[in-house]
Amino acid sequence: MRKLMHYLEDFKKEFILGPFFKFVEAVFELIVPLVMVRIIDVGVKNSDVSYVLKMGGLMIALGFAGFAASLICQRYAAIASQGFGTKMRNILFEHINTFSHAEIDRFGTPTLITRITNDVNQLQLAVAMFIRLVVRSPFLVIGSIIMTMYIDFKLSIIFLIATPIIFTILYLVMNKSIPYFRLIQKKLDKISLITRENLSGTRVIRAFSKQEADMERFHEITEDHTATSIEVGKISALLNPLTQLTINLAIVAIVWFGGGRVDSGAMTQGQVIAFVNYMAQIILAMVLVANLVVIFTRAVASADRINEVLDVKTNIIDGNMNAEQASTESKIEFKDVFFAYENASQHAIKDVNIKIKQGETIGVIGATGSGKSTFINLIPRLYDASKGDVLIDGINVKDYNVKELRQKIGVVPQRAALFKGTINENIRWGNEEASEEEISKALDIAQATEFVNGLSQKGESMVSQGATNLSGGQKQRLTIARALVGQPEILILDDSASALDFATDAALRKAIKEQTKGSTVVIVSQRVSTVMGADRILVLDNGRAAGIGTHDQLKEENEVYKEICLSQLSEEEVATS
Amino acid sequence: MNKNNTRQAFMRILSYTKPYRLYVVGALLSAIISVALTLFNPILIGRAIDLMVGPGQVDYNGIFKIILILGVIIIIGSIFQWLLTLCTNSLTYRTVKDIRIEAFNKLNTVPLKYIDSKSHGDMINRIVYDVEMISEGLMQGFTQFFTGIATIIGTLIFMVYIDVWIAILVVVLTPLSFFVASFIAKRTHSLFTEQSSTEGDLSGYIEEMIGNQKIVKTFNYEKRAQDKFEKINGQLYDVGVKAQFYSSITRPAARFVNAIIYASVGIIGAVSAISGRISIGQVSSFLIYANQYTTPFSEVTGVVTQLQTAVASAQRLFSVLDEEDEIQDSPDAIVVTETDGHIDLDNVEFSYDPDRKFIQNLNISVKPGDKVAIVGPTGCGKTTIINLLMRFYDVDKGAIKIDGVNINDMTRNSMRSMFGMVLQETWLYSASVRDNIAYGKPDATDEEVIRAAKLARAHNFIERLADGYDTIISEDGNNISHGQKQLLCIARVMLVEPPMLILDEATSSIDTMTEVRVQEAFTTLMEGRTSFVVAHRLSTIQEADTILVMDAGNIIETGNHKELLEKGGFYHNLYNSQFATN
Repeated sequence: MRKLMHYLEDFKKEFILGPFFKFVEAVFELIVPLVMVRIIDVGVKNSDVSYVLKMGGLMIALGFAGFAASLICQRYAAIASQGFGTKMRNILFEHINTFSHAEIDRFGTPTLITRITNDVNQLQLAVAMFIRLVVRSPFLVIGSIIMTMYIDFKLSIIFLIATPIIFTILYLVMNKSIPYFRLIQKKLDKISLITRENLSGTRVIRAFSKQEADMERFHEITEDHTATSIEVGKISALLNPLTQLTINLAIVAIVWFGGGRVDSGAMTQGQVIAFVNYMAQIILAMVLVANLVVIFTRAVASADRINEVLDVKTNIIDGNMNAEQASTESKIEFKDVFFAYENASQHAIKDVNIKIKQGETIGVIGATGSGKSTFINLIPRLYDASKGDVLIDGINVKDYNVKELRQKIGVVPQRAALFKGTINENIRWGNEEASEEEISKALDIAQATEFVNGLSQKGESMVSQGATNLSGGQKQRLTIARALVGQPEILILDDSASALDFATDAALRKAIKEQTKGSTVVIVSQRVSTVMGADRILVLDNGRAAGIGTHDQLKEENEVYKEICLSQLSEEEVATS
Repeated sequence: MNKNNTRQAFMRILSYTKPYRLYVVGALLSAIISVALTLFNPILIGRAIDLMVGPGQVDYNGIFKIILILGVIIIIGSIFQWLLTLCTNSLTYRTVKDIRIEAFNKLNTVPLKYIDSKSHGDMINRIVYDVEMISEGLMQGFTQFFTGIATIIGTLIFMVYIDVWIAILVVVLTPLSFFVASFIAKRTHSLFTEQSSTEGDLSGYIEEMIGNQKIVKTFNYEKRAQDKFEKINGQLYDVGVKAQFYSSITRPAARFVNAIIYASVGIIGAVSAISGRISIGQVSSFLIYANQYTTPFSEVTGVVTQLQTAVASAQRLFSVLDEEDEIQDSPDAIVVTETDGHIDLDNVEFSYDPDRKFIQNLNISVKPGDKVAIVGPTGCGKTTIINLLMRFYDVDKGAIKIDGVNINDMTRNSMRSMFGMVLQETWLYSASVRDNIAYGKPDATDEEVIRAAKLARAHNFIERLADGYDTIISEDGNNISHGQKQLLCIARVMLVEPPMLILDEATSSIDTMTEVRVQEAFTTLMEGRTSFVVAHRLSTIQEADTILVMDAGNIIETGNHKELLEKGGFYHNLYNSQFATN
């Protein structure tokens, strides 16, 4: 919680003025019972109706003034809490944007979403409550105690005893329930996870007729979540009855000892009434404090979860070298590169060495888990090599400004993901300032012009979230256009033609070859036919480079490559290709 | 969203409490008892105060008796207050649990069309976050409602009992609270609706950006994403400040009304005491009652705003619940237990969008044991055939028949169990590798699971995982590679040994060496089994008994590889274009 405090600095004004006006309202509220005492002890005793009316008028005036003060306070509370929440969301989103994939994995997308939305909302609520109640409630409690001391010190000892008891109750209940709130939040995350899995797996679930089983799974976790909520409810339900019990017993004590004070002439009847009234006021303030406690306990749990995110610092840090100083000997170079994923026992990439020249087209082929995707992820520095160096234009990628490095590279990912927005907006991901011609050229090369022009709004047609309104092949072609529009020096295609038919795939490769002269192209594929036209082919086997060479060289000399060829092409084709 | 809808949604939330009527009764009883006892306090206190008129005029005996009764009442009252909270807790949590489960179950009974067309992030948001909002609203609502009703009735009785005229004064002033409440409620409702829809937009955007973080990074999109995020976030701020401010003035406003009522009662009470109509102790009791009587009204204003948020959330959830289910299996639907694997598509017509005709007049006849490869350009309708065969979507016209029986006359589950399906987009759930393989046959023995894994050539890599078959597949299955996931999906099908197979470009991400073995395994599996393969792989196509060449939703050529090549048509060109660059 404390760590997040400095994000509140922008709202100093609200934090001082808000509680101040609340304080003013509370002062007015405290005066009211005193006025009532005067009405009874002076007005009624002396049968002075005009005095009663005068004092009554004062009470109403106090009500108006209090209302105005609290409106100002609520305004400040709204500005500060919403402002703080908005700021926290921006900071969190920005911070998560710096994460590498491994770091996002550690949390998982659903919980990151709940942290930005739900957890920040909890904090927001806590801030609002803080401004509204932080001064008011303690002031009402302490103020009431002071007032009673002023009226009759001896009898006020009852207050001094009751108050610590109440705070002890608050503390105990809070202490017991905090761990439960964390547990509940975790279970809520699980509910979110199962929902997500159910949605993404609809087809498989239905194909296996497992709807019932999945409903059962959801049912179980929801029951579990409910049971824990009810469990913690039992504890927090004690709060109000216990505090009220204490306060009511204190009132009993006031009546009993008050009788003695009246008897000895130390107090008047009206003052005993005032005492009881102040006690009632404490009850109300206490109920609010109890609410505040619940809100703060939740906020603490939420703050922890947010801090957990903010505490993770990405290991991809900008280098300070300027990309201008680049040499051109080889475009991409891997020097003794090793890479292992976090918590993995084995290296995904082992001792890979390769120099790729400017303008060269390199095919990458190999078995599942052979390290193809890892290999290309090291180029735009999505991960850092565990050992060895990756160089672009002769400069270690770690020395680049990450932004400049990635500007050189256009990637077409394996999973064709597009974003909600128009087709043109999606293409402009690759180049914010792309002109109409540049976009249409990219679409042309990606073999997407025909289907885009077939849409009613052409390039301005909307892509829905998750691009559910496009087919797999259409999505893939748009992701290719998106990478091309930035005219990258290095173009990486990660198995990105898998949803394309042969004809489109072939036309695409041809167009890329002709239209992007000078670009270095890295094509990862499972299909020999896709990589065989490349200048050279890198064959990966279990993380190692099993061979580098042309299709003709490799099919003669390289066992691994030969086996791949034979599995996909007929003998005759292997021979003649 | 008009008032009527709000009321309907609210009544509908309440209808979910029916199974928990016992808790409602318990809560109401506890509320009545605890409130009645609490209300009795001021009378006793007032009486005690009347027994202490001044120095030397204090009736200790009388006070002591009253205090004894008071003590007992207080303790019993507290116990019932506790019971009240317990009942409302159980009532609320169980009610929203039912709503949540129903919403989730709905996701499993709606047509796939619905799920395909909705943002998953938004759906998750509804089931997780919106349900929490309903829960908070109900919790507040129930507690305040039960104590509120009891308090209003109770205080009225006690006030009338003490002095009818002052009681009438209080009742007359009450509408002030209502007026304030409805004034504020009107303003806040539309703001809350706007707020929750902006929140939905925001989490949708987060889901998109974080879910595709690699792409965001490689395109240096962070800054632009941040700008767009801050824009939506800014909208949320604007509506948030307004919504919070208007809703937060309810309590001060109510307090203001209370202060006026309190002052009025004080003035009239004091004047009445001067005229000797009531005692000073009674004025004291009256002041306490006046305070307590108005509290529920002011709480109502607070609760109303909370309920509005809840109702707005409920409406979003109900819109899911109101989706139409898939057409139910008819009661006399056939439960298929075995099949020869004879499939006919007769004059099938289907389109996703009624305005854009897609598949028309499609006829296919597949003999038992045939291996059918479906090829064609992107978007030609290959995936659609799978959607129709599995009855994920229903045909618009015509019929799909298995062994001569229309699949619409079979139960969906039994019909689907005739097919083993491996899709290109692998799906595993967060559970152990073993559980994932045994997905279609949960009672499978370890030997069966291992056998299936071996057949799918997944056994070796599974053995190398940290916990072998007990390795838990993490949320997005990121601890194993894409190809490995696909092997697990194949093993999953291997285990159930379905009579027919549907493979959607299933092997496209598996490395070639494994593929050779997988192909072998599939060949064994496919022996005597009808199979449909949407493939781009030459080897698959070459081995197929029949190749269906599709274009724009229609079958334009059929035959085997050799026949089609000789024909020199569309397939011929398609096939040759593979080597166009060489």
